[in-house]
Amino acid sequence: MKISPQTREKIAFLFLGIATCLVLIPVFMIIFILMEKGAQAISWEFLTAKPRMGMRAGGIFPAIIGTVYLVLGTVAAALPLGLFAAIYLVEYAKGNWLTRMIEVAIVNLAGVPSVVYGLFGMGLFVIFMKLDASILAGSLTLAIMILPVIITASREALSTVPQSFREVSLALGVSKWQTIWHVVLPNAISGILTGTILGVSRAAGETAPILFTAAAFYLPKLPQSIFDQCMALPYHLYVLSTQVPNVNPKIQYGTALVLVGLVFFTNLVAIIIRARFRAGKQW
Amino acid sequence: MVNETLMKFEVKNLNVHYGNLQVLKDVTISVQKNEILGVIGPANSGKTSFLRVLNRLIDLTPDVRVKGEICLDGKNTYAKMNAEEVRKRVGMVFALPQPLPLSIFDNVAYGPRRHGQHNSGKLTEIVERSLKAAFLWDEVKDRLSASGMKLSGGQQQRLCIARTLAVEPEVILYDEPCSGLDPISTAKVEEAMFVLKEKYTQILVTNNVKQAARVGDRVAFFLMGELVEIDQADRIFTAPRDKRTDDYVTGRFG
Repeated sequence: MKISPQTREKIAFLFLGIATCLVLIPVFMIIFILMEKGAQAISWEFLTAKPRMGMRAGGIFPAIIGTVYLVLGTVAAALPLGLFAAIYLVEYAKGNWLTRMIEVAIVNLAGVPSVVYGLFGMGLFVIFMKLDASILAGSLTLAIMILPVIITASREALSTVPQSFREVSLALGVSKWQTIWHVVLPNAISGILTGTILGVSRAAGETAPILFTAAAFYLPKLPQSIFDQCMALPYHLYVLSTQVPNVNPKIQYGTALVLVGLVFFTNLVAIIIRARFRAGKQW
Repeated sequence: MVNETLMKFEVKNLNVHYGNLQVLKDVTISVQKNEILGVIGPANSGKTSFLRVLNRLIDLTPDVRVKGEICLDGKNTYAKMNAEEVRKRVGMVFALPQPLPLSIFDNVAYGPRRHGQHNSGKLTEIVERSLKAAFLWDEVKDRLSASGMKLSGGQQQRLCIARTLAVEPEVILYDEPCSGLDPISTAKVEEAMFVLKEKYTQILVTNNVKQAARVGDRVAFFLMGELVEIDQADRIFTAPRDKRTDDYVTGRFG
């Protein structure tokens, strides 16, 4: 029996459609399960109070605030560094062996397992630079981990700004740096932000890099400076799941729900910012 | 000496290579003040490269080598001036209209702002003057804050001319400015060029031989990187000295 081209096309589209929909299933299942089992745990007290009774009751506020601090520190360290590196690579670097080495290094940096970053961060920041386990050391470790994401996304964003924009500006006698600052960056900023947020949401959920560099099992008080240790959501979840016996599963699921919610919220903010920048730009 | 002061650009023995490919061969040419010099020639004749040498935009091309002497008002543009200075004095309008993704006002004000003009009164004045000179003012005066990219192709090209005028150059280079425009828009751009002759030296690279005849005072014919002939426009089109010029302008080329 012969299958007509139209039928083939329908079959092909069907499979493409199924493959696409499959992507949605894990996302919805994770959200559904977390909501079902964790939603009851969410209360004002859960979000704003400290853990009590050996973390079997009370809230997770110190872990939330710790993760927020770590994420902010990571952005502060990684965004300028990654952005400057990307600008150099796109606008200034010549295609020589050094540039190729840097490119290879970035690709390899992206492939390093996160636990290796944790150990590296401990060796460099905690022990060698004597920062101890602290928000600073943890942020720097996470920053190095997400640098490749930021650099790659920023390069992509800078490269998609049409070459003609640069020529137009340079042809008016405007310097190269001014051209980058006033023409290239404003038109690349949405892509750069997207890359940064993607990196950040990864950083927010990572446990291994902060295990030895920042995260504390339990702290009686909130961190007072960037040189203090902090609690963090992913590590707290790990502790609740494996280290503390007889924890009500509601609290575990609730913690996971808050972590996922935080990451989704960050992504949402990124999408809104990007849409704002996109409006009014079309080429 | 009298003759020398009339010269805006003097180019001697210009050779340009992209890697191993030579795109301009020993070109010697001068451009007079306040003239419109039409530059014609088939594809790959080196006419666009010649234009980009004059404002040093060619420096952006990787592996480019420029040899020879290029003087703007008697001053060597490579030895005695930096690229920004040259480009400020020698503006350029590109083949495709290239408004920046900004409002009409900000497009025109872009150059002056980068050169340090931030007084809003002065900027308004510059924008109005430049848009008027480019014959665009009447069409856009009520919507200066609209995006420059929303204009029609011909309006965009005149916006680009206004943007170039706003930094007060002395020379304007046009790189096939009407290649994407309809005849009416083309006529408007040409009209602007005629009026601008009073104050500016203009060099027009064009694929359209008739356009060179219409607007050029003198016309230069390039072929395979060589300057074949340069003469008064009417002579180039009626009595060229070189047979290759004759073949090209009469459409018998190749």
